[in-house]
Amino acid sequence: MMLQRIVPVTSREEIAEGIFTLSFQSKEISESVSPGQFVNVRSGDACLPLLRRPFSISRVLGGEVELLFNVVGQGTRMLAAKRQGDMLDVLGPLGVPFGFDGEYETALIVAGGLGVAPFPLLTTTLKRNRKTIVTFLGARTAIHLTPAHLENVQVATDDGSKGYRGTVVGLLREYLRQHQVSRPKIFGCGPMNMLKALADLAREANIECEVSLEGDMACGIGLCQGCPVERSSGKKKYALVCVEGPTFNSKDIILP
Amino acid sequence: MVKESFSLRGVEFKNRVLVASGTFGYGDEVKDLVDVNKLGGICTKSLSWKPRDGNPPRRIVETPSGMLNSIGLANIGVHNFIKEKLPYLRTLDTAIIVNIVASSVQEYCDVLSLLEQQEGIDGYEINVSCPNVKEGGLNFGTDCSKTREITARLRPLTNKPLIVKLTPNVTHISEFARAVEGEGADAVSVINTLIAMAVDIRTKKPKLSTVTGGLSGPAIKPIALAKVYEVAQALRIPIFGIGGIMTTEDAIEFLLVGATAVQVGTANFIDPTTGIKIAEGLRAYAEQNGLQDVGQLVGALESNVAFSVLQSWL
Repeated sequence: MMLQRIVPVTSREEIAEGIFTLSFQSKEISESVSPGQFVNVRSGDACLPLLRRPFSISRVLGGEVELLFNVVGQGTRMLAAKRQGDMLDVLGPLGVPFGFDGEYETALIVAGGLGVAPFPLLTTTLKRNRKTIVTFLGARTAIHLTPAHLENVQVATDDGSKGYRGTVVGLLREYLRQHQVSRPKIFGCGPMNMLKALADLAREANIECEVSLEGDMACGIGLCQGCPVERSSGKKKYALVCVEGPTFNSKDIILP
Repeated sequence: MVKESFSLRGVEFKNRVLVASGTFGYGDEVKDLVDVNKLGGICTKSLSWKPRDGNPPRRIVETPSGMLNSIGLANIGVHNFIKEKLPYLRTLDTAIIVNIVASSVQEYCDVLSLLEQQEGIDGYEINVSCPNVKEGGLNFGTDCSKTREITARLRPLTNKPLIVKLTPNVTHISEFARAVEGEGADAVSVINTLIAMAVDIRTKKPKLSTVTGGLSGPAIKPIALAKVYEVAQALRIPIFGIGGIMTTEDAIEFLLVGATAVQVGTANFIDPTTGIKIAEGLRAYAEQNGLQDVGQLVGALESNVAFSVLQSWL
């Protein structure tokens, strides 16, 4: 059940260059969230910016909920300036969670850049479900890597400053070539071109793959119809990222 | 006790705050968050005869104090609406205004006639002003004779309130308002979104897939107020004021310039309880100011300047 709450900020930290965690206190939201869901957050109470900003829920610690984001514009700049005790207008938890409890043994978590955000919470849940986890983490350079609270992390950087030189999907491809993975399932989140490459690889390798998408959404709750993604089959042409996603089986959608 | 309600062609609206079409779905999406029965009414998402997929992404762009949308009237179609949404809407204790959009005059008539056979609908709002579709929509809304024809064809089909939603993307909106009043419309909704655009300077492409879209939000409130004021000078029938209303103060401004009621739109995306907060705010304002009826605010603007003077530079 989604809730709209004014909640206090409990901490804010810069964990890598331009990348922040922001935590808030909300027992209700923390108790009802599942991995892959998001919250829609107001950065301020004026009209600039006007709309809420959607963020994956990154971690849940007791009654606290942690978000992970980088500063891209005015809204995230304002959120990055929040201090302990500031109040935050939060709507959530929203969206369809990852299908984490299926018939598979090994979770291959693939994160590009800030796409890592939902995976600490997924990792906690998968460990509780006794799944084997291998995490593939990609970033432009070593200073943008955020490997905290993940399991079995393999690293790729575009410039080779740490780990595999190349894309995170390239790294996964190499890994699958060299390892026999027992009953795998992929969970991916990151930029669109990365997710497209990941969906292609999953199809070639015949591995089930769920991706978490970003959408340009005004409301996050299905009112504005602003965040369509094309379906690969069925009568309706589009699905809404906010209420039918943000997680999708990569076979069910056509990434733009 | 302050009187909050008003009536239109025999339909009672419990207060003067409705939610605008396309910003509140079909009312069921937000039932966890909002006590919708506290609203004066719900204008549904536009309905056409057949379901519409809507436009490809990107459909939404935020702009300073506003947003552009190019949804393209994505909707489930009138048949699915009757099957899937109307049973829930019927259980609500608030006015249900069904918004209709079409790409031909006949389609407007067909949708309205089918809805006339259903229980639980209090009135119709006719969308002739969507800027985001090729056929119908704005083509009709910017053509005064077409707007007049649609109203004239629909009027005999229903005894319920018929409200025509007008576009600001014309030279004189009051001409269109007069035309629909002349054909028997019970009210007008003023305004729909303004045609607008945003560009990504990195890719040098328009940000919206359809190049232009409709601007809404606080950015358009001053324009909307001037349009409501213009129409109020020209008409006897009521006006639903729409455009960037976020607060009680905003709503009072619209009432003062001549709106009988207001519709809250974009604000629902940020806080779906905005409408009921404003309804409560209007009642409190009336109490504090010793009014017996919120309606005493309607058209109560004090201005020394005759409208004819304004018209010369409008």
